[in-house]
Amino acid sequence: MLLNSDDIQAVLLTVRLAALVTAILLVVGTPIAWWLARTRSRLKGPIGAVVALPLVLPPSVLGFYLLLAMGPYGPVGHLTRALGIGALPFTFWGLVLASVFYSLPFMVQPLQNAFEGVGDRPLEVAATLRASRMDTFFTVVLPMALPGYLTASILTFAHTVGEFGVVLMIGGNIPGVTRVASVQIYDHVEALEYGQAHRLAAVMLVFSFMVLLALYAWRPNARKG
Amino acid sequence: MARISARFHVTWPGFTLDLDLDLPGRGVTAIFGQSGSGKTTLLRCIAGLERAKRGFLSFNGEVWQDEQTFLPTHKRPLGYVFQEASLFPHLTVMGNLRYGLTRSKEERRVSLDQAIELLGIGALLERKPERLSGGERQRVGIARALAVSPRILLMDEPLAALDLARKQEILPYLERLRDELEIPVLYVTHSPDEVGRLANYLVALEAGAVVAQGPLAETLARIDLPIRLGEERGVVLEGVVAERDEKWHLERVEFPGGFLWMRDRGIPLGQHVRVRVPSGGISLSRLPQQDSSILNTLAGIVEEIGDDDHPAHSLVRVRIGESMLLARITKRSVAALDLRPGLPVWAQIKSVAVAQ
Repeated sequence: MLLNSDDIQAVLLTVRLAALVTAILLVVGTPIAWWLARTRSRLKGPIGAVVALPLVLPPSVLGFYLLLAMGPYGPVGHLTRALGIGALPFTFWGLVLASVFYSLPFMVQPLQNAFEGVGDRPLEVAATLRASRMDTFFTVVLPMALPGYLTASILTFAHTVGEFGVVLMIGGNIPGVTRVASVQIYDHVEALEYGQAHRLAAVMLVFSFMVLLALYAWRPNARKG
Repeated sequence: MARISARFHVTWPGFTLDLDLDLPGRGVTAIFGQSGSGKTTLLRCIAGLERAKRGFLSFNGEVWQDEQTFLPTHKRPLGYVFQEASLFPHLTVMGNLRYGLTRSKEERRVSLDQAIELLGIGALLERKPERLSGGERQRVGIARALAVSPRILLMDEPLAALDLARKQEILPYLERLRDELEIPVLYVTHSPDEVGRLANYLVALEAGAVVAQGPLAETLARIDLPIRLGEERGVVLEGVVAERDEKWHLERVEFPGGFLWMRDRGIPLGQHVRVRVPSGGISLSRLPQQDSSILNTLAGIVEEIGDDDHPAHSLVRVRIGESMLLARITKRSVAALDLRPGLPVWAQIKSVAVAQ
């Protein structure tokens, strides 16, 4: 057997986390990216910078602030307790929420580029063909921005799989709950289980390579479309 | 009669558009002007793609814009043809045509089949836009705008992005559209040829203001308006090819008030043609000329005499039956012939051109 059951559990947890985060960000990231692509507001700069922050911030800094926010005395913590959900740190959903912030730019920026690439003209054409704004978005913008959506989803998924610092800050290391593959490898190394670390690391390496290969091999096709 | 009333005031840095127009709700109205004259902005305001801060727009008594109202573009019963065809790249030709069709539920003034047939795109329906030539793309763009059964068709320089051959390919379709559909067209252009060939009504813009408007032939024959189609002033006569002279390779075009011989261009008998008569190609005389090489001599009456751009020249408007000619002759000749309004004259026409 290539991986033991703990490793498999960690891999499955990672995939579940990444898939959920990607799905959530598709919904959350679309309006943000659309707004950033279309607005002439002065807030475009500041909001764009906030969205991009996780690209440059050390994950531990982001994790630290998120931990405070989600903690019992933080604003998110107050909210979740009032809703009867309890505290989010060291839970799977806490990890999801943190990952959404952490991976936000990987969804928003490709989408924003794709929306900007669509331009004004197709929207105007659609309006002269009786399509409302919402209608136009789903029947013109979305199909035209589809390559951007695929890029954004793949990048978001892969980036979430690769996160480590934020996971440690928010999720800790609870098997089956917050122990994702990257943390599992760290554990193996700490425990001097180099063989298992090797195998899991190899799985991650191959996965990452396949994702990027898919991304680069597929993109030229998208342009022809 | 259907009418379009439009009043717009738009101010941008370095540009002001200030218009008050009352346009006929039928035929082709050319909105003519150089780039920067505001003609595209006017069309975009009418379509609701641009919002004039101060404006009023009504179409057949229906208010599209006033102080309180601003009907969004997708609720205005119009069709719009952009300079570039701007087809949706993710849809086939048929998909593009159906896009507006399925979203316009009002009565069908134009059926999809009719639009396809009018523009001759039946063989292209399954293709993606990327596999069409520029001319084909623009024909699909026009058919797509027609397929929504618009009550008015707005066209923003639909031929400007095409080369001469492609223009010649599309112009006959536009003539058919004008002659076979009851839909009024607002046609923005900077091309004198397209005005001469297509327009029934002319609105000339300059620097955001109207410098002339009226029925085409009448407006071109006005001396007080500085309207020229192309290099020099001239009128457009509408007529029918009535006779062919096989021996001398000539065709006779009858227009209200007379006829003109011109070289045989192979235009079939009975076909409507528009003939441009430039002012510089007309000379006037008090007596019919004998022994002249000029083929076309028309009897008329001087209506008005005015100044042309150069101090040496006068413009003389001559009525030929129901039609008008505008002749540019020297002031010395005006004095020598003692020309004045009401005087019968003979107009010798040296050159005519078929508008195309």
